[in-house]
Amino acid sequence: MNTLLLPVRLFQSLSLSGRIGLLISLFWLLMALFGTQLAPHNVEDIGGGPMLGGMTSANVLGTDYLGRDILSRILYGAKFSIGLALTAALCASIIGTLLALLAAVAGRWLEELLGRVNDALLVLPGKVLSLMIVAVFGSSLPMLILTAIFTYWPGAFRIAFAMASSLRNMDYVRASRLRGESRWYVAIHDILPNMVHPMLTDFGLRFVYIVLLLSGLSFLGLGVQPPYADWGTLVRENLQGLFNGSPAVLMPAVAIASLTIGANLFIDSLQQMRPLTLAKEGA
Amino acid sequence: MNRYMLFLIARRAGAGILTLLIVSAVVFFITSLLPGDAAQMILGQNATPETVAALRQQLGLDQPLLVRYFTWLTGMLQGDFGTSFASHLPVLQLVEQRIPATLELAGITTVICVPLALIIGIVAAMNRGSALDRFLVISTMATVAVPEFLVATVAVLIFAVKLHWVSAMSFGSPDMDVISYLKAYALPVLTLCCVLVAQMARMTRSAIINQLDSPYLEMALLKGVSPLRAVLRHALPNAVGPIANAISLSLSYLFGGVIIIESIFSYPGLASALVDAVSNRDLPVVQLCVMLFAACYLVLLLAADILTIAFNPKWRS
Repeated sequence: MNTLLLPVRLFQSLSLSGRIGLLISLFWLLMALFGTQLAPHNVEDIGGGPMLGGMTSANVLGTDYLGRDILSRILYGAKFSIGLALTAALCASIIGTLLALLAAVAGRWLEELLGRVNDALLVLPGKVLSLMIVAVFGSSLPMLILTAIFTYWPGAFRIAFAMASSLRNMDYVRASRLRGESRWYVAIHDILPNMVHPMLTDFGLRFVYIVLLLSGLSFLGLGVQPPYADWGTLVRENLQGLFNGSPAVLMPAVAIASLTIGANLFIDSLQQMRPLTLAKEGA
Repeated sequence: MNRYMLFLIARRAGAGILTLLIVSAVVFFITSLLPGDAAQMILGQNATPETVAALRQQLGLDQPLLVRYFTWLTGMLQGDFGTSFASHLPVLQLVEQRIPATLELAGITTVICVPLALIIGIVAAMNRGSALDRFLVISTMATVAVPEFLVATVAVLIFAVKLHWVSAMSFGSPDMDVISYLKAYALPVLTLCCVLVAQMARMTRSAIINQLDSPYLEMALLKGVSPLRAVLRHALPNAVGPIANAISLSLSYLFGGVIIIESIFSYPGLASALVDAVSNRDLPVVQLCVMLFAACYLVLLLAADILTIAFNPKWRS
């Protein structure tokens, strides 16, 4: 029963802005899953409305440069903007955490090597690094995910390693080493459980960064390629409408902003919560 | 500056050069993973295998990876950055005139942002919990989460389309008068400032608040120093290190933001050269641009380190 109530307790323990953020994030997550069914118009319906038309009852958020319905295009784009970023953020966090654990328990040499490479990758701004990878491998969907993973694992590694290296010097970890436990046992059973909570918050931030990165790449025309379109592509395609104040430019950008701000509010509220509140209230 | 401080600075500089070396290795090895290879890329699909092989030999692509890396690295150190795949001109010639343009944009932004952010940060720290303080916290979170192109498009929409104060997208003529110069730079700089000021001000605020909470500052206040003097004379010198770090971190964000801004406003800078080179898959240009961005960032970090060291009284004697 307590486990069932956990989401409710989580929701109740958040601040007001955290609740709003959580609701916005959940809304977009549902749109990414079911948006294609909810779309009022066919996205391929070229000339279905006026070019770069305003908001009307037929096209609630206006039409794009080919007369397609913007609301439907945003709903279809949610799948790409959120799906790609979620996959990439998940992989980047897991890879960063596992490599950090490896560096923390393996020998001095590997620790030094991973740390150095990581420092070097952190020196390159995310967009610069990902542009370089796109230049080499192009921007197919799987490559975009790999690009985002490669760009953002160093950040996860740095945070995870800082935690792991302080945890490995704690008395209980030393005791377990002295007891004769293997390195992997120590890493998985002693160090990892204490890193999960902060790494989950970090995962949220990484998701926000990757949404911004991928939409930025798409905006430059180097991200998701037609016939697919994520929100960044939509902004780019309709940029000519900017001078008439067309909603086709603004609405996809607003969609990105609402998602990232919502996720940020939620994460911020999680960070301010004491880590043990949940466990205590649940017990 | 005494000898020990110089030693510390030299050590930081050495670490920076080592990092740059690792960056160069990462850059080279990633770019050498190009499917197919450069010779195929230059000659296109219709080239015969013989001509590809000949060009491959001419470019030295038949040699092992490590040998090629060292050739490339020594070439870079001697100022030879290779030949562009797309235009067959020396890369340096293509990138050269772009560098000052980007530095100009970054410079103007920095000159406006840093004082503004310091003032806002200090005022917010002195009035903790006030409306200004809360506004700062919320606006930082919002600007960090909003894509740059939204800020830029909204700025164009308001200032160029609705108000007609400035014309969007007008660069080029070298002999602009002051007014048109201001008008041309207003929007890109404004957009970049939006994010930078919020970030820097927030970090300045937390650096100063850290100091304000310490006993020596309470002591100063108790002996009757005015709050403003306490912050400027007592807290600020101790917060220089963290603030310098915060500023250099935020400025490194500038390099990412500048990529979007330069291409929206079609500004002829280094970042738009990078974007063009990426679309053409012109790898030598990409390599040089990426290395330049990394070098700029390391210089910023070093500057912050030097400031931190210079302001630390522990090392003065």
